[in-house]
Amino acid sequence: MSSSAAAQPPNGAPPLAHAPTHAELFLAFLRITISGFGGTLPWTRRMFVEEKKWMTAEEFNDVYALCQFLPGPNIVNLTAVFGSRMRGWTGAVAAWTGFLVFPFFLMIAAGVLYAQYSDVAALQRVLGGLAAAAAGLLIATVIKMAAPLFLKLGPAPLVALATAGAIGLMRWPLVAVLAVLAPVSIMLAWWWGRR
Amino acid sequence: MRDDGAVLFTLAFQFAMMSLLAFGGANAVVPEIHRQAVEIQGWMNGRQFADLFAIAQAAPGPNVMIVTLVGFHVAGFTGGLVATFAMCGPTAVLACFLSRTWDRFREKPWRVAVQAGLVPISVGLVAASAIIFTGIAVHNWVAMLITVATAALAYWTRFNPLWLFGAASLMGLAGFV
Repeated sequence: MSSSAAAQPPNGAPPLAHAPTHAELFLAFLRITISGFGGTLPWTRRMFVEEKKWMTAEEFNDVYALCQFLPGPNIVNLTAVFGSRMRGWTGAVAAWTGFLVFPFFLMIAAGVLYAQYSDVAALQRVLGGLAAAAAGLLIATVIKMAAPLFLKLGPAPLVALATAGAIGLMRWPLVAVLAVLAPVSIMLAWWWGRR
Repeated sequence: MRDDGAVLFTLAFQFAMMSLLAFGGANAVVPEIHRQAVEIQGWMNGRQFADLFAIAQAAPGPNVMIVTLVGFHVAGFTGGLVATFAMCGPTAVLACFLSRTWDRFREKPWRVAVQAGLVPISVGLVAASAIIFTGIAVHNWVAMLITVATAALAYWTRFNPLWLFGAASLMGLAGFV
């Protein structure tokens, strides 16, 4: 895919800005991660769609939907797909690197500090509080994700409960659970869609 | 800290595998990371895992950075680098490939079924993470209170999570947890 074709808006859409260069992609994602306390997605959207107009809102939603359902760290995949739409494979690398470089070194620094001070009682207490809050945040995320499933009739809630039970309660290995449940769930969805 | 090739290979292989199964993002494989790091490989104990997860969640940046911390803990800087590449590389390549072909199948019924079938799996995986991690992090009633309060505030308000983490760490520092 050539980058100029990728930046062409669909008919009728407002004209897009010029496709960003590799350096612009790298710096854009670096800036997003440095300013993105509390979630990088809103910042990414603001920069790509509203500020720089590198993408239409529709295009953004399409890419987002695809990355939500593919495996792997969604938001990291999203940056790579954005980069590849703007500047091909090298654009993907520029965006991916720009997005990961700051959090990476931050985590290395945190790892160094943790290795040094993990036995300090005060730090242990702080981390205890943080862990409890992190658990709460995870619970809120689950409720938000699960709500739409449980409001509709269909096999989805059963599959979600079976997956949660197999991994969360039975502690069965991920590979085995997915090898069974993924095909079952897809067949159920197929059957439910054709009723 | 071990730094030999076998450990790096295990890190690379395990995280690459996990990333390809991580339907629902990095949070979906927290139980598997825990299983591998604590139960199978014995890289750390449960408390250390909880600490690393809390740091990764509270720090700015994507949740997936827990793997950098785990990798660093196991094999230093190289370990962090290998774990990050293994977890973030393969699926990014896959996503770029699929984003070019996926739209062509937009209306195909099998695509709709695949997508509809994988959504509840990802919800279940993140729910499993919440179950397991709550079990690790909540060990007294104050921690339970923090967890419930954070969940409620994060669900019903648009508070920046950073404030919640700040308040929780202060409560921890004060010795309540």
